Amino acid sequence: MAGFDKVVASFEDAMVGLEDGMTVLAGGFGLCGIPENLIAEIKRRGTKGLTVVSNNCGVDGFGLGILLEDKQINKMVSSYVGENALFEKQLLNGELEVELTPQGTLAEKMRAGGAGIPAFYTATGVGTPVAEGKETKVFNGREYLLEEAIVGDFAIVKGWKADRYGNVIYRHTAQNFNPLAATAGKITVVEVEEIVEVGELDPAHIHTPGIYVDRVVLGTFEKLIEKRTVKAAY
Amino acid sequence: MSLTREQMAQRVAQELQDGFYVNLGIGIPTLVANYVPKNMDVMLQSENGLLGMGEFPTEDTIDADMINAGKQTVTTVKGASIFSSAESFAMIRGGHVDLTVLGAFEVDVNGNIASWMIPNKLIKGMGGAMDLVAGAENIIVTMTHASKDGESKLLSNCSLPLTGKGCIKKVLTDLAWLEIEDGAFVLKERAPGVSVEDIIAKTQGKLIVPDHVPEMVFAQ
Repeated sequence: MAGFDKVVASFEDAMVGLEDGMTVLAGGFGLCGIPENLIAEIKRRGTKGLTVVSNNCGVDGFGLGILLEDKQINKMVSSYVGENALFEKQLLNGELEVELTPQGTLAEKMRAGGAGIPAFYTATGVGTPVAEGKETKVFNGREYLLEEAIVGDFAIVKGWKADRYGNVIYRHTAQNFNPLAATAGKITVVEVEEIVEVGELDPAHIHTPGIYVDRVVLGTFEKLIEKRTVKAAY
Repeated sequence: MSLTREQMAQRVAQELQDGFYVNLGIGIPTLVANYVPKNMDVMLQSENGLLGMGEFPTEDTIDADMINAGKQTVTTVKGASIFSSAESFAMIRGGHVDLTVLGAFEVDVNGNIASWMIPNKLIKGMGGAMDLVAGAENIIVTMTHASKDGESKLLSNCSLPLTGKGCIKKVLTDLAWLEIEDGAFVLKERAPGVSVEDIIAKTQGKLIVPDHVPEMVFAQ
């Protein structure tokens, strides 16, 4: 590996440096576009005391849900955690802390974190429990909330295709939080379905430029569907 | 007769305009998509990062990478675009979405809405609801007028933790179309066969009843 080549050979290599107590940002929405293999690698390593920032926490037995089985997560920062019985149990037991964050605020916290913006004002959450303990300021007669950016020790990201330099393209709505998480990790790891040679991807179609990416690893994916809806055949 | 879920969706659909970008929440709001007038182009926004949501796929075209904010598998319409969550909420927070339709547990006379949390009972998270109500200028709340126990959901003060403050102006219940003006609900229309007295009895917050309250009309 030399120069800009970001490709690593294994998931084990991809997560070198992950330690107990770290903050991990994870892309994905529900089970769509989640870094399945990197989550499995975190489970295999048995890393504990993690703070995980992700829109959801998977489901029982899949996605981030598997990290709850051995109590590897201390705290989740998410917008919606309704699909997971083990999550609810650990939350009620006090084994797990959750910081519920509005979805747009969560996306913007990652975006700001990656862009070197320490905090931003938003109208979202004003007058709600989300505003408790936060500074507010009035602009043009409307009240806004000061929300702080998030930076992770690691970001784990699921892409569709990447070149060896770490330029990434996402597929359909599997994009979601992935490009935001990618910008906000001190170490950003992207697992993809296909690694192509440099120059094969159209530069104008890159979603995540390689400058944000530290490691690229090739995976195969189960891609479970949470709510399988089809139209009736006529 | 109180409105069915389908009739509620039909009534909301009457508020659509040609060229509208619309975000529909889960439940009754989702049904609005079935009643878009034939001569009208409406583009549906789904906050997981999709503008131009189409119908459900067939078994042959189903794709795990193509879902909506309700995590259902969907398709795209011609002219659709797909983007990140930050871009999606920039549209929402920046006020670019023309109409947002969502459900609620309670709404009050000051335009406050509670829709995401029942303490000690339901703590799943707010998802994108707080962003949607804070960002949209034009919001319609759809809900039943009263709970199954007969408790009014149209209140002088919301009792549950809020989703947003002072952001709701239009409410469609199974009994009535109401608008919030100057600290009161104004009764604009009633469901066919529902009396003004019924609505008064089931509205806890201040209600202004004009001299004439027309019945809703449903085009067939």
